[in-house]
Amino acid sequence: MMSMHDESTFRVKVGLAEMLSGGVIMDVIDAEQAKIAEEAGACAVMALERVPSDIRRDGGVARMSDPLMIREIQATVSIPVMAKARIGHFAEAQILESLEVDFIDESEVLTPADEAHHIDKWAFKSPFVCGATNLGEALRRVGEGASMIRSKGEAGTGDIVEAVRHLRTIFGEIRRLGTLDEMELAVAAKNLQAPADLVRQVAKEGRLPVPLFCAGGIATPADASLVMQLGAQAVFVGSGIFKSSDPAPRARAIVEATTNFRDAAKVCAASEGLGAAMNSIETSKLPEGELLSQRGW
Amino acid sequence: MQGPVGLLALQGDFALHAQLLADVGVDTVEVRCADDLTGVSGLLLPGGESTTIAMGIERENLKKPIRDLAAAGIPIFGTCAGMVLMSSSHLGLIDMEVERNAFGRQIHSFEADLDIEGLDGAGVRGLFIRAPIVASVGPAVSVLAEIDGSIVGVKQGNCTAISFHPELVGDPRLHLQALGRAGVPSGESGT
Repeated sequence: MMSMHDESTFRVKVGLAEMLSGGVIMDVIDAEQAKIAEEAGACAVMALERVPSDIRRDGGVARMSDPLMIREIQATVSIPVMAKARIGHFAEAQILESLEVDFIDESEVLTPADEAHHIDKWAFKSPFVCGATNLGEALRRVGEGASMIRSKGEAGTGDIVEAVRHLRTIFGEIRRLGTLDEMELAVAAKNLQAPADLVRQVAKEGRLPVPLFCAGGIATPADASLVMQLGAQAVFVGSGIFKSSDPAPRARAIVEATTNFRDAAKVCAASEGLGAAMNSIETSKLPEGELLSQRGW
Repeated sequence: MQGPVGLLALQGDFALHAQLLADVGVDTVEVRCADDLTGVSGLLLPGGESTTIAMGIERENLKKPIRDLAAAGIPIFGTCAGMVLMSSSHLGLIDMEVERNAFGRQIHSFEADLDIEGLDGAGVRGLFIRAPIVASVGPAVSVLAEIDGSIVGVKQGNCTAISFHPELVGDPRLHLQALGRAGVPSGESGT
């Protein structure tokens, strides 16, 4: 007799996020880049047609990637393959689920498809990761069924300042919840616009209910070390690798710095002679309408 | 004075193992290079991405020191990716070949009840996450657990490997069975 299998329970979804801890998830646009990422030690790849810096440059509507490209990447690497759907675009997410991508990123890097609603992620067997800039946003996404949160940062800039702001905001708000009594928590839930049960859980446990990774602006080994020391559990690197002058050594160096994030001598050694980082943009010089992190609600 | 249990911390969910072991009074230390192995009384190879962790073992020259620990009789416990790393194709700590991602991609990951050979009490709730299975074993290997005819838990001497995740359900019994008294500070009775 076959044993009873309960597929895709919430803890099985969160479990995969936990397995990616301490690792680097790299954006790749084809099978060749995916292979380079895997051989550099990436713990997963994010398959997308254009990295964020190109989306930013080209403008227009950014959509889910061509399923054929995703299949080619799945056929090339043995590590988990993630892919992005537009915010609220549950039909794109259904397609990604049918492709059996290992994680679906409901991502502000793509052009939002719905200005009011995020995807009901409980309706899927595939796990979802969503971006957040603060604790209320993170808990709304968890309430919708996300099994991993990534701080948004400002994708495609190579500027770490927004990632730092979002991580510090989320961790600061978590610490503050720990000081509140029951009546104050009810008000905090209202102010955070977050589900009250999740707010109570965070206050009690001192951490998000799901793993918190960092994305948006990581371009160097030192950036990875910084956000890991701030408390991120793992890092996403988008344009930072394949838009640099020499991707493979930089990819290896960021992996090494993420593992040894507290060991400055090792992060130093990893940082030597990597060539030019990606062409970067100072986020504070961007007009408000071009900020990807303000997409989503 | 007995040393702590080393947790291979190159990548993966080592922090959850640290928490689980701390809750039952077992001291742990994170291992990222050979020096970190000094004085450990046990070693745990966590789940994560086996290709990533294998590259870290290579980069940090950890293969020989880990094999030396196993040869010295130190208990070693691997879960999921850790099981892959203990196989004949990697560290060679257990005479077995494993098949990675044997149940398929994440959408086929699941949980199920398991009976474990030699484990007291009720069965274990096994979470299988892009999990490997043991495809073949040598004569010195005993099978601890199977699911639907596939081997998912094995033991050879002081080395134990499973393809699921007791740390995700907060069940320390297999850890204690595999690691024995390792990491328990001397002087504590611990029954």
